[in-house]
Amino acid sequence: MLTRVRRWGPGLLLISPSLLLLGVFVYGLIGWTIKVSMSDRHTAAESDGFVGLSNYVDLFTNDINGRFLHSLRNLLIFTVVFLLGTMLLGLLWAFLLERGVRAEGLFRTVYLFPMAVSFVASGVVWRWLMNSGQGDDAGGLNAIFGQLNLGFLQNPWWTDPEWGMVAMAVPAIWQLSGYVMALFLAGFRGIPAELREAAAVDGASTFQLYRRVLFPQLTPVALSALIIVGHMSMKMFDLIMSVSGAQWLTEVPAVYVWQTLLTSDYAKASAISVILLLLVALVIVPYLVQTMRTERRS
Amino acid sequence: MTTTTTRRTPPPAVAAPPRKRRGPTTGVIGRTFRYCLLLLFLLIVLMPAYVLVVTSFKSGSDIGVNGQWNLPEQWSTESWAKAWTALGPSFVRTFQLAIPVALISSLLGAANGFVLSRWRFPGADVVFTLILFGMFIPYQAVMIPLRDVVSTLGIAPGIPTLIFVHCVYGIPICTLIFRNYYATTVPVEMVEAAWVDGAGLIRTFRSIILPVSIPGFVVAVIWQFTSAWNDYLFAIFLSNTRNGPITIALNALAGAQSPDYAASMAGALITSLPTLVVYVFLGRWFIGGLMAGSVKS
Repeated sequence: MLTRVRRWGPGLLLISPSLLLLGVFVYGLIGWTIKVSMSDRHTAAESDGFVGLSNYVDLFTNDINGRFLHSLRNLLIFTVVFLLGTMLLGLLWAFLLERGVRAEGLFRTVYLFPMAVSFVASGVVWRWLMNSGQGDDAGGLNAIFGQLNLGFLQNPWWTDPEWGMVAMAVPAIWQLSGYVMALFLAGFRGIPAELREAAAVDGASTFQLYRRVLFPQLTPVALSALIIVGHMSMKMFDLIMSVSGAQWLTEVPAVYVWQTLLTSDYAKASAISVILLLLVALVIVPYLVQTMRTERRS
Repeated sequence: MTTTTTRRTPPPAVAAPPRKRRGPTTGVIGRTFRYCLLLLFLLIVLMPAYVLVVTSFKSGSDIGVNGQWNLPEQWSTESWAKAWTALGPSFVRTFQLAIPVALISSLLGAANGFVLSRWRFPGADVVFTLILFGMFIPYQAVMIPLRDVVSTLGIAPGIPTLIFVHCVYGIPICTLIFRNYYATTVPVEMVEAAWVDGAGLIRTFRSIILPVSIPGFVVAVIWQFTSAWNDYLFAIFLSNTRNGPITIALNALAGAQSPDYAASMAGALITSLPTLVVYVFLGRWFIGGLMAGSVKS
């Protein structure tokens, strides 16, 4: 017992500041936000009246123009397109690169470079590219579509009231497909060579090799990618702020929190934040628990 | 940590049976098709970069609706000068933010990672999971009280506050990077030997572990530097254009109702330059951080 204390006492000392900081600044502050979300602090003035879940109920049933539901709908469209786009492109790029091609390093470096740039910086150029003008007023991508005789591709991008969020996902796909590619590439390279050889011995065609042997091996990687990109999508804030600014058309919950804070409605902003946290926790917690379990078994 | 190493098996002792090979023609066509696709995607991915560079060198009169995809008629650095005037001070401030953040976070991460990789106390997994969850939360869920707390603690607004919050919320990812690094690359025997020799935990850490930690540090430093440099969320909640980092200044420059696109794009390039330089020269380690971010070890 004494040796244990002597051996690990300093270790505890070493990690306790970090644990304390995280305890306070992650879990403590989340608790605080939950408390504010159940209060009536709707103005800058301090107010501690407890109102239970009514701020949450109001968001779903009593928000002006159904603003919160609108932001959830936007988030859903954005997430579906963003996930589909990054997964397809990421897998395709990894597939094209996995058997080794000349200048593989160059392709990988270029495909992944948007990850090193901030959404705020890339938002500047995407705002220009996704210029909503068409015909004679066409700018950005619409202009190039016009020049290439692809005029039918011209569209209002994110300013479309119904499907604008599909366009908003385009820069996000540009930014993160390389990341998904890197994950898949690592997955491909982690598959033991024996599996490929065994398949070749059994006379499997290339198509069968991928369909029956390699792709099934990538399922865990695909799941990781889905969860990581999915939770990033739910938190999407920088990109939307820099492409469209805080606008009704493209509002998602993370932006709604910011807009609500500008009006000093702390209770409502907290309630939206807590819902956002729950959405993220819903995908991340099972993932973390499962990862820890697999790790312990190995 | 998942790295992109290729596992090669030794050549088989017995000659493998002849493989079914595709005809040479399909091979060539397939390969050509593959390279065409790769090149096409290369161009698409680089297209925004082309626009950024080209537009940033145009002067105000050169940016019309016509020929906006063309090269500048006259290469002008006017917009770069304008962007630098707007962003210069915050550019310096962002270095003052990102460098301390990178150093402090990686030191904290190394200490935590070492202890957690070696010490299997009861509930260690639960503690580690709770730590990791901190890197996935939407920071909006802590932001509202956070503003009050940092000012109550007496931390100066602007860069000092941002250094503090990036260090705190960077603990999970840095701990993860180092824990995985120590668990996979530092042999248990090395630590055990030090213990047999009577070295305590701290001394083991200082004289045995730290010297072999350089790769872990490179990954963590790059990761934290890039995150702090590119951050916008903490910046917009906790600072302003006068005391905040470059993302805030860029957004102010580019976010106007009728923005000066040439200056905005020069600004976007200035903003991206440091992280791009890091990426180009230290890409391998940058990817290490990316991989760690998916938790799987």
